[in-house]
Amino acid sequence: MDPELIKDCVHCGFCLPTCPTYVLWGEEMDSPRGRIHLMAQHNEGVAMSPEMAGHFDACLGCMACVTACPSGVQYDRLIEHTRPVVEREHTRAPRDRAVRALVFALFPYPRRLRLIKPFTRLNRRLQPFLERVHPTLGALAELTPPRSRTRPLPALVRARGRRRARVGLLTGCVQGAFFPDVNRATARVLALEGCDVVIPRGQGCCGALSLHSGYDARAFAKKTIATFEKAGVDTVVVNAAGCGSSMKDYADVLADDPDWHERALRLKVRDLAEYLVELGPVADRHPLPMTVAYHDACHLAHAQGVRAQPRELLGQIPDLKVREIPESAICCGSAGTYNLFQPEPARELGERKAARVEETGADLLVSANPGCTMQITTAMRRLGRPPIPVAHTAQVLDASLRGLGTVR
Amino acid sequence: MTVFDRLEAIFPPDRVITDPVRLRTYECDGLTYHRATPMVVVLPETAEEVAATVRVCAEFGVPFVARGSGTGLSGGALPRSDGVLIVTSRMRRILSVDLDRRQAVVEPGVTNLAITEAVRDRGYYYAPDPSSQQICSIGGNVAENSGGAHCLKYGFTVNHVQALEIVTPDGDVIEISEDDFGYDLLGAFVGSEGTLGIATKITVRLMRAPEAVTTLLAAFEGIEAGGQAVTSIIAAGIVPAAIEMMDALAIEAAEAAVACGYPADAGAVLIVELDGPASEVEAQLAEVIAICVATGSFEQRVAASADERAKIWKGRKSAFAAVGRISPAYIVQDGVVPRTCLGEVLAGIDALQEEFGIRVANVFHAGDGNLHPLVLFDDAAPGEGERAEVVSGRILDLCITHGGSITGEHGVGVDKARYMPRMFTDADLDTMQRVRCAFDPGGRSNPGKVFPTPRLCGEVPRVRKGSPGEIF
Repeated sequence: MDPELIKDCVHCGFCLPTCPTYVLWGEEMDSPRGRIHLMAQHNEGVAMSPEMAGHFDACLGCMACVTACPSGVQYDRLIEHTRPVVEREHTRAPRDRAVRALVFALFPYPRRLRLIKPFTRLNRRLQPFLERVHPTLGALAELTPPRSRTRPLPALVRARGRRRARVGLLTGCVQGAFFPDVNRATARVLALEGCDVVIPRGQGCCGALSLHSGYDARAFAKKTIATFEKAGVDTVVVNAAGCGSSMKDYADVLADDPDWHERALRLKVRDLAEYLVELGPVADRHPLPMTVAYHDACHLAHAQGVRAQPRELLGQIPDLKVREIPESAICCGSAGTYNLFQPEPARELGERKAARVEETGADLLVSANPGCTMQITTAMRRLGRPPIPVAHTAQVLDASLRGLGTVR
Repeated sequence: MTVFDRLEAIFPPDRVITDPVRLRTYECDGLTYHRATPMVVVLPETAEEVAATVRVCAEFGVPFVARGSGTGLSGGALPRSDGVLIVTSRMRRILSVDLDRRQAVVEPGVTNLAITEAVRDRGYYYAPDPSSQQICSIGGNVAENSGGAHCLKYGFTVNHVQALEIVTPDGDVIEISEDDFGYDLLGAFVGSEGTLGIATKITVRLMRAPEAVTTLLAAFEGIEAGGQAVTSIIAAGIVPAAIEMMDALAIEAAEAAVACGYPADAGAVLIVELDGPASEVEAQLAEVIAICVATGSFEQRVAASADERAKIWKGRKSAFAAVGRISPAYIVQDGVVPRTCLGEVLAGIDALQEEFGIRVANVFHAGDGNLHPLVLFDDAAPGEGERAEVVSGRILDLCITHGGSITGEHGVGVDKARYMPRMFTDADLDTMQRVRCAFDPGGRSNPGKVFPTPRLCGEVPRVRKGSPGEIF
């Protein structure tokens, strides 16, 4: 943990009100300021006790504190450097190790994820039993969305009208396995806006899950870079916030290897909304007479600074009203694998978010991250409220561009 | 039975902190160069839990310190290594809002801004606005009598607190109110920096949001011209909601932190906010702009929207922490001078910068002469910290010799206790001690703060009849 980065913190406390765990528990050591203090203690030679590890594990990595910090503390880098230290120095209980191994053997592999899909209905029924075996398994069973039909995506979607660009599309693990319609909508929107969309087959995990959990993400990063280089694109459009944010970090992840570092720097990564705004609209927007609430995914708003673009895109759609969700800067509790490994606070945050979403009175929730979509949907179901349908920004745009009159 | 046993009987295990690593995260508040690890931290959720804790402290003769969000800048919430730290961050319910009576009752851990957020939709707000308002707790505001940019027109915390429920150092829960007859105990308690007890319920005044608000940003070549504009505005009989000034170094820091887009090459900017009936605001704005131009302002911007206004304020409100971008370490100073002496004092600060080779960024509430010089130093460079400390002290001397004060709104805390004798005579300090002893004869409530160190081991003159628990 870099002492120079730690020194940037002046202990002002401006991060506290945006930190989800501080909001929940009001404890110094579960705030960014407190965690930075713990990192400093560790640097001074204080051992990684189970208590200390617990406070780092409890951090969602939502990066809201990075947005809030006036002193420019790079908490994102600090916590990313801390997580591997936790993994090295803290011994987890055997059953915790086992479920972690299971999650990391499953999620970064789209094909394995697709294998478990047929069991999702069974999952729901087995949930109480799985919960007793391990809370992580219970959360897993609760979160997996119902089955959806997967049709393979074409390797190339040609631009409609004048071709303006050629881009690659990352299909993602969870996005691809559980929300295939989002990828189809993304490809259509890009094509309708004049892009040739290259969708390399056999693309794997981008490494986000590992990177955000303190595991080695370098192999995933290299494989992803190589895949898109081979596909001959220099811009990759990403529609999952977590993936986009980790891909933008590739140069840092591969900093030790000059050749790969260079290749990482050459690969341009753009979030879908960010890219579409840069490109500028050409396709006709047809009216969508509905009210939507836009949810800021942390890895989009805080990690990538993409806040205005999705709102701008939604604002271009005739008859569509966009409502803001109160406390939008506070994480929904999904946070990558957080809702699997820290199910209790994740549930609390999910229910808090679901209540705020409900307050908006919107017909549809727009969320640009598969993790948030699953988390908020599950929280609404658990609260027993009539669930508000959730769609990705791409799906809303797709519906408008194709003149469907409604989403789905 | 130990203190720990007793506290563990009052609180569930997750609300008593004894693990040394966890305890150390509470070792300081917003002022980091005074540190002490508390003996134990408790996180009460009710006034009764606070009272029970204080009674345990009384029984064992153990000191206690209250802490809200830990953002104070004078070390007022510095723990005692032999004492209990009572953290109110979980007491954060807004208990009631009564718009007919224009008041709200809140728990001490509620943040300053949360009060405004709860009533903003209905056209009301809570007026005192410290720069840390999104996180500082109202309990801390009461302890420090916190101010903020808008206190020029609307007054400090003491003008906006109508009643308090407090836990006395004996552990009694009592209520004090501005409606009480007799001595103004409420006035004594607000600003007592935690030395008279702990507020557990706070009734605050809510203000009707003004019909119109206009914010002007005026750029000047230098700070003297800006100071002249301030004097002229007040002399013209205008009382703006706020008049804030920042010098070039402070602007540079704010720009680096939040890209607030202040005019480039400004040697100083003045932020003037006017509020009230729309026609009045309009007339005053024209007058203020004319004064700024007459005193040498080369650019004036009026915020056209709420967003633009927020952007102007963002630069000012993040200035303290933003200085972290241009300096490895710094001291936030807080002093007051008569408005008419602003120019002289600022020139004096300039001279100190030259003499000691230490940079000072100036951010201040110009309207009421409340200076916040930020003394910059590199803690890795040998001797620089000490020199910064000297400069910081000399600035306070400047304030005192010009008829000002050693603190405007950050409090005395542990940091400025040593400067108290420069401002007050022995008789003054003895009188303050007697007030304190009337509330806290055992000296258990936030000891070591406000009063200069030598007095801590002494006694209050002529009242030393006796009880052994009395350490003042």
